[in-house]
Amino acid sequence: MAAVGAAVYFRGLRFKNFCFFPSSPHRWGSRSLLFRSGSNAASLTSISASGAQSAQTQTRAPAERPQTQTRKNAEESSQGYESVIGIETHVQLSTVTKAFCACEYSYGSPPNTTVCPVCMGLPGALPVLNTKVVEFAVKLGLALNCKLSLTSKFDRKQYFYPDLPKGYQISQFDVPIATRGFIDLDLPLEFGGGHRRFGITRVHMEEDAGKLLHSESGSYSQVDLNRAGVPLLEIVSEPDMRTGIEAAEYAAELQRLVRYLGVSNGNMQEGSLRCDVNVSVRPIGQSEFGTKVEVKNMNSFSAMSRAIDFEICRQVTLHKQGQGDQIVQETRLWDDGSQRTVTMRKKEGLADYRYFPEPDLPEVVLSSEYVEAIRASLPELPEAKRRRYEQMGLGMQDVLFLANDVAVAHFFDSAVDSGADVKMAANWIMGDIAAFLKSERLSIGEIKLTPRELAELISSIKGGTISGKMGKEILVELITKGGTVKSLITEKDLVQIVDPAAIEALVEKVIAENPKQLQQYRGGKTKLQGFFAGQVMKESKGKANPALLNKILLEKLNAESS
Amino acid sequence: MPAAIQNPRVLLAQWRLPHPFPPLHYHRRLYFRSPTAAAAAAANSFSHSEILSIRESLLSRSKKAVEIASEYLERLRLAEPTVRSFLHVAETEEVLKQAEEVDRAVERGESLGPLAGVLVGVKDNICTADMPSTGGSRILEGYRPAFDATAVQRLRESGAILIGKTNLDEFGMGSTTEGSGFQVTANPWDVSRVPGGSSGGSAAAVSARQCVVSLGSDTGGSVRQPASFCGVVGVKPTYGRVSRFGLMAYASSLDAIGCFGSSVVDSAIILNAISGHDRLDATSSKHDVPDYVTELISTDNMGSKPLKGTRVGVIRETLGEGVEGEIISSIQAAASHLEELGAVVSEASLPSFSLGLPAYYILATSESSSNLSRYDGIRYGKQVPEDELASLYGNSRASGFGCEVKMRILMGTYALSAGYYDAYYKRAQQVRSLVQRSFKEALDENHILISPAAPSAAYMIGEKINDPLAMYAGDIMTVNVNLAGLPALVVPCGFVGGLSPLPVGLQMIGAAFDEGRLFRVGHVFERTLKGHRFVPPTMALSGC
Repeated sequence: MAAVGAAVYFRGLRFKNFCFFPSSPHRWGSRSLLFRSGSNAASLTSISASGAQSAQTQTRAPAERPQTQTRKNAEESSQGYESVIGIETHVQLSTVTKAFCACEYSYGSPPNTTVCPVCMGLPGALPVLNTKVVEFAVKLGLALNCKLSLTSKFDRKQYFYPDLPKGYQISQFDVPIATRGFIDLDLPLEFGGGHRRFGITRVHMEEDAGKLLHSESGSYSQVDLNRAGVPLLEIVSEPDMRTGIEAAEYAAELQRLVRYLGVSNGNMQEGSLRCDVNVSVRPIGQSEFGTKVEVKNMNSFSAMSRAIDFEICRQVTLHKQGQGDQIVQETRLWDDGSQRTVTMRKKEGLADYRYFPEPDLPEVVLSSEYVEAIRASLPELPEAKRRRYEQMGLGMQDVLFLANDVAVAHFFDSAVDSGADVKMAANWIMGDIAAFLKSERLSIGEIKLTPRELAELISSIKGGTISGKMGKEILVELITKGGTVKSLITEKDLVQIVDPAAIEALVEKVIAENPKQLQQYRGGKTKLQGFFAGQVMKESKGKANPALLNKILLEKLNAESS
Repeated sequence: MPAAIQNPRVLLAQWRLPHPFPPLHYHRRLYFRSPTAAAAAAANSFSHSEILSIRESLLSRSKKAVEIASEYLERLRLAEPTVRSFLHVAETEEVLKQAEEVDRAVERGESLGPLAGVLVGVKDNICTADMPSTGGSRILEGYRPAFDATAVQRLRESGAILIGKTNLDEFGMGSTTEGSGFQVTANPWDVSRVPGGSSGGSAAAVSARQCVVSLGSDTGGSVRQPASFCGVVGVKPTYGRVSRFGLMAYASSLDAIGCFGSSVVDSAIILNAISGHDRLDATSSKHDVPDYVTELISTDNMGSKPLKGTRVGVIRETLGEGVEGEIISSIQAAASHLEELGAVVSEASLPSFSLGLPAYYILATSESSSNLSRYDGIRYGKQVPEDELASLYGNSRASGFGCEVKMRILMGTYALSAGYYDAYYKRAQQVRSLVQRSFKEALDENHILISPAAPSAAYMIGEKINDPLAMYAGDIMTVNVNLAGLPALVVPCGFVGGLSPLPVGLQMIGAAFDEGRLFRVGHVFERTLKGHRFVPPTMALSGC
């Protein structure tokens, strides 16, 4: 019933032809591609050399022009209004076992195979906290610059649903493990760039619920409890974001962070990173927030960005039409097919979860030594990496690319540590290597090329041992088969000819073999220099040092004529 | 694993002939005698421990485990139609098979577990993998757990033989067993009376000698009050002493698995077997488990003042209004007896005592409203098929739960609701801290505190069934102990009533993890009390 109601509600809006959305239904499909973001995702994910995420979003990289067009539309349409966006993110932790029992969890296992009395909520079963969950929570709390609660506790959040075996979720209510932090990020240049700091309200530990599987006929549903009890961290942001891009970038930075920390795979398609976004709009200058609407069901950053911009537009239009009272507190789902949000359920008052302290679990007490040991073990985090890369002289485009993926960043760092030129290493990784990874759908960890050999390759080129062109040739070998630069150069006899005498001999040979062209050259057709150069290079099997070759060739051609 | 029981010297002196019980008689008239006389009498009397005498019978090969098991099964069968203690009785062949294994172990000269050949009844809210476990609720009718509760597993490891699952008020909510979804258990002392509850089945079964010892659970007095009503020994250990894993939760912060025995020694032996840290229960304690049994003063070396130096506080608030006169007299007599044994008895005051009952009912119902959410008809238990999810939940729970459970879920849900939380739950937690503090102060002054276990003796079946407040008021003696998480031992101390006398229990409360002291004091008290056998007259019905 709710869905039908939503459709009618929505259609009413559509006929008012709001924003940049087309009014005739048959155009939805084609126009949706023009709708702005997608490209945001491309910027976020095409630079990600690994993960299913990029694979998914790369398929819909829209043209640049329509995208800027729609952005402009969005900005114009929301004139006079400001949107306020806050995000609740659930991150599934990659602990070996679940939060409160010894079950191992792996995504995609056959239904109800990774369950036990505890996570099935059988009578008499009790939860016992997996200490890894606390460790991961502390890691993320520290990485988000939060204040840690040295004593926190678990609470029960109570509601009935078939995917919730105990009838309550073990969560943290009034004393979360971490509070009041912030996250720093850099917006991609194609969205104007710029540094942003968004506040983090809190981070708390909780358990995931199972999943409902609905039969095709709709006549029954089944429950899969594999996911029940899997540890989650819920990260609540301050309402600091203003656009879909900012929100998507916030989520992307969180994903980077959890991947850097190794606390989660951060995979959105598998549901390891889920964002619920609260969107409200208010006239600029108004201090109180507008009515907030929760938007769910976005399984990529691009979907997030698009969903939020859609929602902002929807709300602004309602305001402009004097129908602001039609914005109600509700949960809306993003429908990727139709590229719009639809009502899932209206909230009738606040749900009463009857939180109370979980009596089955003792308080979580952290010693300061424990916290300091974890702090000391933290890896370099994305923000620090970006600032360091900047100081190394890299442009922001390169910085964002390299720091985006922890594996890529490691690869780059190792190559530089092995002596590679910073700029050249960045170019090689972002150029040929990234292209190869993208076409083969591999991650940087899956190729045979080592950072040390990349450094070797770069110095061989820089030192003139081989040409850049040769370098590209052997790079493919290095990536697919491995081996060392030195052995490949020897094996393929690729060492550049840098001996002037040898080159002079080659030049003389070519000039002697082409008297006709020589005559034409000397007759003023100096363009033929290229022809001679090509012939010499061919004669040297591509190994002649180009600069030297040209210098000697020019000398010879001109010397004879004078 | 607790160590096997030592101390055979005393036992050999007390070894006796097959029949485990004295001929039918009970001591309605109670009198005390001097410890010396008691010690002299003890040497001649039958064993003061059923478990130790079974062990002796086995070790001396005077009796086989199979014979002992058969006797118990026979007595269980005979008494069951009148007492109705059991919701499920183990298959005879299965019991005998396990007894045969014990006999084979004896023949091979293997070391026996401390509970080898001991027939144990287990309250039906404690999970057993080989028997149904319903918690006394229709919503779990026929439910068979996938696992043994930790306490049950430890019993089995100690050599115990499970004889059946005992009746209780649904999920432990009640004081009479009238709240069971299946049947009402009768008090073996007078079958028209309640055995107490919620562990009424476990208490009645030990009282009627249908099993040697039994497990119960105590959230607000559910072991101690039925122990008092049925004239058996009941122990509620310190919170966290025994793992709750496998106990169907009623109020998690108050629940404790406890034990019943016909003597202090028996209850100490069984508590010894099930105590200790369990990695499956985050609230179970790592506190050392002393050997309660060898710590007991044997009657042989009992001096004239065996309790010399023990400071006993009589809780003033428990001997006033609302407590039957005869009960007060019994407790005062018991206090005098302790004094005679050398204890220093004085009055102790718990100013927050009366606040405990309302605080208990708020906390217990709040937690239970949450703990019972899992019985939703989705994964196991009773399901009423419906098209709509809400009606599936509603009707499954409506038809599965009994009235008392529904009432407590409603009360607890109310107390936890937004806007009421601070006034009820939070305030009750504050009272809980007060209660804990006042116990702490009283136990700094005294080694143990004593009080009645219940304000009256067993009442008639049906007497309070329509007056829940009167029934709740009956818990006044016991709930404070759960709020404070302390251990308490109930030992039969006398009788009340005229022509059909009913037993009265003395509650002894100790400091946290001081069960050993409770057992020592209880044991001395029991051994010096003439009439300590407390065998009910209904045993006549079962042919004893």
